[in-house]
Amino acid sequence: MPGGPLRFLIIGHGIAGMAAAKAIRRRSPKASIAILTDENHRFYSRPGLAYYVSGDIPESQLFTLPDSLYRDLRCSLIFGRAVRIDSNQRRVRLADGSLLAYDALLLATGANAALPAITGIDMEGVVTLDTLDDSRHLLKLARRARRAVVIGGGITALEIAEGLAARGVETHYLLRKDRYWNSVLDPAESEIVEAGLAHEGVIIHKQTQIESIEGRRGRVRAVVTSNGQRMPCNILGVAIGIRPRIDLAQESGVATDRGILVDETMKTNLPGIFAAGDVAQVYDPHQDAYRLDSLWWTAEHQGDTAGANMAGDQRPYLRKTPFNVTRIGGLVTTIIGDVGGSRPDSDVKGIMRGDSENWRHAVDCIAIQERNGSDRIRLMVGQDRLVGALVMGDQSLSRPLQHYVLGGTPLGELGDLLRRQPHAALDIMRERAAPSLTSIGAGAAW
Amino acid sequence: VPEAIRCVQCGICSYNCPVGIDVRAHARLGKPVQTSHCLSCGECVRRCPRGVLRLEINPLFAELLPGLV
Repeated sequence: MPGGPLRFLIIGHGIAGMAAAKAIRRRSPKASIAILTDENHRFYSRPGLAYYVSGDIPESQLFTLPDSLYRDLRCSLIFGRAVRIDSNQRRVRLADGSLLAYDALLLATGANAALPAITGIDMEGVVTLDTLDDSRHLLKLARRARRAVVIGGGITALEIAEGLAARGVETHYLLRKDRYWNSVLDPAESEIVEAGLAHEGVIIHKQTQIESIEGRRGRVRAVVTSNGQRMPCNILGVAIGIRPRIDLAQESGVATDRGILVDETMKTNLPGIFAAGDVAQVYDPHQDAYRLDSLWWTAEHQGDTAGANMAGDQRPYLRKTPFNVTRIGGLVTTIIGDVGGSRPDSDVKGIMRGDSENWRHAVDCIAIQERNGSDRIRLMVGQDRLVGALVMGDQSLSRPLQHYVLGGTPLGELGDLLRRQPHAALDIMRERAAPSLTSIGAGAAW
Repeated sequence: VPEAIRCVQCGICSYNCPVGIDVRAHARLGKPVQTSHCLSCGECVRRCPRGVLRLEINPLFAELLPGLV
C-alpha cells in the first residue's frame, strides 16, 4: 500500500477479534491495528460469564489478559458502534459520525440472544446472557428477585437457571417438550442432567411454554403458560438460541444468509472484508454448505485464520471436529464430533451458544454406553473410527476419546471389541492414549 | 499439565489457588505448573468446570511434585 503502513480494523472484541489481532501482528510488525467494540470493557472471557453469574469467580477474574497486552500488540481499542461500511472508500462510519479508514476489515461482531415474539419481552426483568453487562444486570436483578422463570435450551439456558438458583432465587425452568436438549442428548443423558438441576434447586416444568408476559410499570410480574397457568416471577431468563449480528454487514452490501457468508479463507464477497467467529457462516467444501458454529475454540481458530489472510496469507480455514466441554446440571460434559441425530431441538430456534450445526449431522453408527450413576459415555462408531463421543461426569476417558475422534485414529481391532466388550475396549483406549496427548489441536499460544 | 484446547480462560483455577499461582496463565500456554510453591492440593483440578487440568507426578523427581495439565 502506498504511503505508510497497512491499517487493519477489527469490529468486535471477542476471542475471534483478539485472535485476529495477534495473527496480524505476527505477520505485520509495522501495521496499525485497531479493535472497535460497542462494549465498554477490555477483553474478557465470555465463557467465564456463567461462572461469574453462579458465583464461582469474581468479576475481576474475567479479565484474562493484562492491560500491557494491548501495548505489546500495539493494538488500539476504540469504543464505539459502527453503523455503515463504505467498501469502496474502505471506511467505516461510527454512530458518533466519525470515520475509520482501513485496508483490511474483520467483522467479528458475534451473536445476540434471539428473543421470542411475545408482548412484554422488552420489559425490565427479561434477561439474556451474551455479555458482561447482561451478567451484571442479571446479578443486580437476582439480588432482589424472589422467583425466576427460564426458557430455552442448550447450555446457556442452564447457565442462567443454575446461576439464578445458586444466587438463591427460586428458579423455574420450562421445557416445551418432555426432556432437556433433545437434539444432542439421548433420553438417559437428559434425565441425568435434569436430576442434577433438581439437586441444585431448579424446578423443571415439562410440556410447558409461555404464552404471555404480565407486567406492571414496565417490569415483569408473571408469565402465563400455554395451559393457562400463571407463574409469578421477577425475572424471565431467555436462551432460545442466538442470532449472528449481521445488520451492519447487511446494510453495507456484504453477502449474508443466517450469518455473514465467507469462503474458506474467511473472505466475504467484498474486497478487503473478512468475517470470523459466531457471526461467520463458513463454507465447508466437504459438505458443500455454509455452516454456523458458536464455539469458543472455533472462533479463536477462525479469527487466527482471518487475521493471517488479512495480512497476506492464503490459508484455508480447515474446519476441525466440533468440540466443547461444559458443565450442565453440575456435571462436566464433553461433546466431540457427531453425537446427535438430525432432530431439531424443541426449545431452540436455529443455533445456540456452545453449539455446532455439525452435531446435528446424521451419521450411521451404533451407540455404546457405559453407565455408573451419573457417569455416562456414549460413542458413535463409524467405519473403523469413532465419529463422536459424549462423556458426562467422570472425564478420565474424555482425553483418550478426544484423541480418537479429533485425530481420526483408525480403531482397528478395537472396533470389534467395542461392540462386544465395550469396557475392555475403553480400558485399552485409556492405556494407549495416556501419553502424548498434548498436541491435539492446541490453540495458538498467547 | 493443562490441555489448552479445553480451556476458556474463566479463571476459576487461579481464583481458587490457595497460594496464588496464576494457573490460568499456565493453562493458556499449555505449560505445567512446576513451581515449588504449588502445594499440589488439587483445588484447581477439582474446580475446573471443563476438565482442563490434571495432577501428574513429575517423573524426574518421583515425589509429589505436581504437573498440572
